[in-house]
Amino acid sequence: MRKVYTRPRLLKKVPFHYCPGCGHSIIHRLMTELIDEMHLEDRIIGIPPPGCSVFAYHYFDVDMAESAHGRGAAVATGIKRAFPEAIVFTYQGDGDLAAIGTAETIHAANRGERITAIFINNAVYGMTGGQMAPTTLSQQVTTTTPYGRDTGIEGYPIKMSEIVALVKGAVYIERTAVNSPANIRKTKKAIRKGFQAQIDNLGFSLIEILSPCPTNWRMNPLESWQWIDNEMIKEFPLGVIKDITGKTDAD
Amino acid sequence: MAKILTNGNSAIGEAAIRAGCQCYFGYPITPQNELTEYMATHLSRRKGCSFVQAESEVAAINMVYGASLVGARAMTSSSSPGISLKQEGISYLAACELPAVIVNMSRGGPGLGSISASQSDYFQATRGGGHGDYRCIVLAPSSGQELADLTHRAFDLADRYLIPVIVLGDAMLGQMMEPVEFNYEAPDELSIRGNALRGAKGRPSRIIKTFTSNPAELEEINWSLFRRYQLIIKEETAYETYLVEDAKLIVVAFGIAARIAKGAIKNARADGLKVGMLRPISLWPFPSEKVKDLAKRTKHFLVFEMNMGQMIEDVQLALEGKGEVSFYGRPGGVIPNPSEVYRVISRLYYQKGLKTRK
Repeated sequence: MRKVYTRPRLLKKVPFHYCPGCGHSIIHRLMTELIDEMHLEDRIIGIPPPGCSVFAYHYFDVDMAESAHGRGAAVATGIKRAFPEAIVFTYQGDGDLAAIGTAETIHAANRGERITAIFINNAVYGMTGGQMAPTTLSQQVTTTTPYGRDTGIEGYPIKMSEIVALVKGAVYIERTAVNSPANIRKTKKAIRKGFQAQIDNLGFSLIEILSPCPTNWRMNPLESWQWIDNEMIKEFPLGVIKDITGKTDAD
Repeated sequence: MAKILTNGNSAIGEAAIRAGCQCYFGYPITPQNELTEYMATHLSRRKGCSFVQAESEVAAINMVYGASLVGARAMTSSSSPGISLKQEGISYLAACELPAVIVNMSRGGPGLGSISASQSDYFQATRGGGHGDYRCIVLAPSSGQELADLTHRAFDLADRYLIPVIVLGDAMLGQMMEPVEFNYEAPDELSIRGNALRGAKGRPSRIIKTFTSNPAELEEINWSLFRRYQLIIKEETAYETYLVEDAKLIVVAFGIAARIAKGAIKNARADGLKVGMLRPISLWPFPSEKVKDLAKRTKHFLVFEMNMGQMIEDVQLALEGKGEVSFYGRPGGVIPNPSEVYRVISRLYYQKGLKTRK
């Protein structure tokens, strides 16, 4: 019999604390597979700031260090400047990267820091119980927009990837989703490109991943996958947003 | 080595480089810009070193955190309002047991305050400063030479005890030109702290974190920090005494205020007043035992600070009522001169009936 799939070697053998249907577990799997495939495990350092995925260090069998909320890009900068041989990624939620950590993200990108930001966009603050995130859709009900997000009062869902793309030091930015087998495969490819841009010493890379949060969306997992297709992707279209790495898929 | 005439801020920069500082992250704020500029000029081009002008104080301290994670000697500097912004990062450094050196060339406050010298950040520096139950070692230099020497010591202490160390100076010390002798040469090779987070090569992967959902685990972490703090109190308390042997009145002052007080005490001695001084060099740990010891022979203490009375609380706590404490302070960035302090000393001396006939 041929083995077609196995648990990634670098995913620790502990049960996930994530809710059923959460996208983090899929992304953790993709990333640990990639770290193994790209032989990065002995020099990669991951930075998970607060959010549901602050516990990512319980699952990735690589060196990991927590950062303060929103400060991932600054911590990663310090690591990379002191230890340029390291491959450094941050694993940040939408509140972390696009609200409290906006300044750190944009300026790390602008300096062209050789780091890779994995940006999980699930349109809510998950860990704290489903409050409005900067990426919450218009009219979306959250615990702090109980009548639906009123853009006239609460502002608009922020397109952080497009904003960061304007910054010269950012070299690779792609938005993907993990709501179908095809999108999951594309996500893995995108993260690979992000890591490669860093390995090639080109600049800042950011992969935004639309990720389901069935618990805080008050949906079942299937509905949450459909909601990404029917609602989120309209606001946050998938695809490569910026690529100045000079590399094609064939490379 | 010959003495160099330099301003205090640059002296810190040179001392840090000679202490093997690999990374400096800073943000412009008066009155400490000469330090940031010194590092931009002299550290940034050194082999293996890095200088970043960060987008904010918050980012700068978190860059220090990142560099410290991977075992580099790292520092940041700022002045009072900027140090407030760094408190989040300092709390994380303390929690993760990561060494770092943070220089505060303090200025008048609260708020944006003034850019003139003040000592009003004593509470913030010595009580932890950020959220949670922790301390930083706080060193208070009082001259250009000490800025250099204590900066060097700060890096060693940070590494030895895995703790953030604050060098608490002020605008006057930072701007003043003084001859300084640097007693160390910069190391040829930058040293990487053992056990740093540098990738899981040849060892199991490691986690550095502060968060836990288990209060009992966090309690043990707090106990463990506390035990180290007890050791630091025992080993690293530092102070200077001046003419205390026969003193009837002892002035307690730190940093630049102690320098001013020394001038006043010299004048007082010339006039036959038996006045001495205790100058805490480590503000945390505070030399409480020394205060207690001095109180065995001297009952009168005058605390002089360039604030509204902050260190006085540590003096009173140390004395446990076994001495009489008076206070003279000038807040807001006003710098008193020695003759002003001398007037305070002599008034107190006569009021307390310390002047006896020969």
